[in-house]
Amino acid sequence: MSGMSADPAQALPAVMSPLSGQMLELDEDDDLEVFSKDMNLMDGSPMNASMPTSPASMINQYKFEEETDAKDIFVTVDNPESHVTALETFITYRVVTKTTRSEFDSCEYEVRRRYQDFLWLKERLEEGHPTLIMHPLPEKFVMKGMVERFNDDFIETRQKALHKFLNRVADHPILSCHEDFKIFLTAQAWELTSHKKQGPGFLSRMGDTVRAVAASVRGVRNRPEEFTAMLEYVDSFGQKMISLDKVTQRIVKEQKEYLGELKEYGPVYTLWSGSEEELVEPLKGVASCIDRCCKATEEQIGHLSENLVPLLHEYVLCTDSVKAVLRRRDNIQAESEAKNDALANRKADREALKDSKDLGFVLGSFLGKKPEEAKQQKEQRLDSEINELKEEVERLEDKVECANNALKGDWLRWQGNMRSDIKAAFVSTAEKNVDYYEKCLAVWESFLTSQTAAHDMESNSGHSS
Amino acid sequence: SLPSVRGTHVESLEKCDMAEGSCLLRKMEISVAEAEKRTGKNAVNMQETYTVYLIETSVTEGHNPVPDSLWRRYSEFELLRNYLLVTYPFIVIPPLPEKRAEFVWHKLSADNMDPDFVERRRIGLENFLLRVASHPVLSSDKIFFLFLTENGWKEAVFETGFLAKSDSRLKALNATFRVKNPDKRFSELKHYSDELQSVTSQLLRVRARVADRLYGVYKVHGNYGRVFSEWSAIEKEMGDGLQSAGHHMDAYAASVDDILEEEEHYADQLKEYLFYAEAVKAVCRKHELLQYELETASQDLASKKQQQEELAAGTVRTFSFKGMTSKLFGQETPEQREAKLKVLEEQIKEGEVTVTEKTLECEEFVKNAWKDIERFKEQKDHDLREALMSYAVMQISMCKKGIQVWTNAKECFSKM
Repeated sequence: MSGMSADPAQALPAVMSPLSGQMLELDEDDDLEVFSKDMNLMDGSPMNASMPTSPASMINQYKFEEETDAKDIFVTVDNPESHVTALETFITYRVVTKTTRSEFDSCEYEVRRRYQDFLWLKERLEEGHPTLIMHPLPEKFVMKGMVERFNDDFIETRQKALHKFLNRVADHPILSCHEDFKIFLTAQAWELTSHKKQGPGFLSRMGDTVRAVAASVRGVRNRPEEFTAMLEYVDSFGQKMISLDKVTQRIVKEQKEYLGELKEYGPVYTLWSGSEEELVEPLKGVASCIDRCCKATEEQIGHLSENLVPLLHEYVLCTDSVKAVLRRRDNIQAESEAKNDALANRKADREALKDSKDLGFVLGSFLGKKPEEAKQQKEQRLDSEINELKEEVERLEDKVECANNALKGDWLRWQGNMRSDIKAAFVSTAEKNVDYYEKCLAVWESFLTSQTAAHDMESNSGHSS
Repeated sequence: SLPSVRGTHVESLEKCDMAEGSCLLRKMEISVAEAEKRTGKNAVNMQETYTVYLIETSVTEGHNPVPDSLWRRYSEFELLRNYLLVTYPFIVIPPLPEKRAEFVWHKLSADNMDPDFVERRRIGLENFLLRVASHPVLSSDKIFFLFLTENGWKEAVFETGFLAKSDSRLKALNATFRVKNPDKRFSELKHYSDELQSVTSQLLRVRARVADRLYGVYKVHGNYGRVFSEWSAIEKEMGDGLQSAGHHMDAYAASVDDILEEEEHYADQLKEYLFYAEAVKAVCRKHELLQYELETASQDLASKKQQQEELAAGTVRTFSFKGMTSKLFGQETPEQREAKLKVLEEQIKEGEVTVTEKTLECEEFVKNAWKDIERFKEQKDHDLREALMSYAVMQISMCKKGIQVWTNAKECFSKM
């Protein structure tokens, strides 16, 4: 079995899937690197004949090559447009898909989607794969500040977040194969609307919700240690993200105030130069340096606002996503435990029947039924119930196993993505800050050089010292 | 102490020799070496805490430098300066460092007892002494020498009677509004001083606000240090990178204290010239006063001469009370007229002497003052240029620190 310890942050050892050979034949890539560093869907257990062949688990068994080599679908979200109808105003975004995948009839698609459509897609994917971790959608509403829904910055931020969401789905080996993803990318507006209507009916969705609520109320009994560790980690991690989000936004705020004062600073030197003679050049020089530093500061603020701030915010939302995934996993396990309990109860009843202690027969006999007949009837009924329950239990236990495997695999993938996202964002921020200081350095150094040169010229040309 | 000020004084020394006499700084080293708190009873017998400054001098002439030292309060420096102001009204007297901390940005203390303020004041007082000691005219003043070397200097300064000589503010104000023909150069100079005062105060105000904001930006980054450190505890692969990046963030946040402390020196240099502007205005006011006195004396003389004419001719063109009464109560006798003419003649003679004296005084003043003003202008241009360049040097240093910190941080992040 795989050496999966309770610590979810530990990397899995490299495992070669026995099926990868098959995959290699199907694939035309020359690159033979099979080990995917961020996606290991196998939990390492040998192929088990008793493993149920649900589509999800089948895909679990296939190892995909490193995505960068095998990336065969590219999705972009851009070009927001406003639509005004009698009832509402909303924004649509252009979604362009380029793909070589065979499931797609064409290799290029362009459709327009609104936020609601993304929300629908997310829900469908969650339904199909409750324990896979998806990148979050941007929020529906913005609580803080007085951001209008159709403010340019808001739209741009939302668009980038939608782009990232869709790309993460496209990069996911399992999620990207979901039927609804394909429909989302390819269907015309009216097609999508009618397809949405065909989804699970209201009543069946109600049923799911009721079951989910019941399960969460019941609670899970024997949660495996590794999932508890995941929950604890996500909790801490979430707090850190919230803190970092706050700190970064505070930095932006302070930078903006600094910039405001700086903008008033340069002009005073220019004003001064108006009453001087010899000092005109150095004063104007300083004014110009400050102005150029202002521009650099503006760029720096922009970079921070467009990169680190949204990224940290995304990861705040991510932790909610992950927590929801962990809850759903718990619910699946709780459901299975409940069924097990029910089976145990029925078996106990069956046992009790043997002892004939059931008073129901006594009652039955009053109503004219022969006790022996009644007992037999009850026996039969219980047996059939027990068989049904056994099947159910097996089904649910498999469901739990699949859910756990899916989550374990996706957990590593999520961790890998998180590390690279965060690393990239902070590295980029640090780079930008270095760039900012280098720009300012150059500005002041050139001022100093020009001043020294001018002074040297003066002292060489005139004064006898 | 301020390196640029010392540099200035080396240059002033060179100029010193070319001017009249050789200045004090050639013969003697001067410094304000220390500051100390003292407590004692003040004029109204109340306990007070004050600071004293140690003036160290060392005569460099000859082979045996004789060191000396004494303690002085800020108020004594003020007394010295007032003496110089009255005694040399045609000189732009170097200013003292500010009495109370102004243009403070929030983290800087406005408390006079704050050690940083005291330290900066110490430097400012030394700067003042060096400026006086390197001035071609002021450096040879006896009272100044006593101030540096003699504990009982106060007696001497009061003996000069300078307090009596000082012009009343009202007189000076009067002169400003009533002078008819001020020297054009002085009018322009006064205008320039006003502008210099206005622009340097504005600059100091805005700079303080910028400093405040910069402080905020740097310090908030300290929070990154804290959160990274906490976060690194729950990460395996990212832990080391986060931890070390956190340290760099802490270093970044801490670096702003030194940066802004250095900038205070720049602010002090600007302040010196803000106060110098006031000293220049004092010289302009003195000119106006002298010019006004000359104009008044000339006017008096002119009117007396007119009276003489009229009296001699027998016509009354100028209004005089005596004239009216004589009209009302009868003509005056020839003897009376004779007497009046004699008085007028005396007055006219005196008046002419006064006018001549005043004219000379004015011309002397203008000549001497303008000489010092030219010297001041050169000094100002040099000093401020140096200050601007040292400001650039500070910015460069700040940028280099920033580059280093963020390069290090980037490396740590890359290792996450």
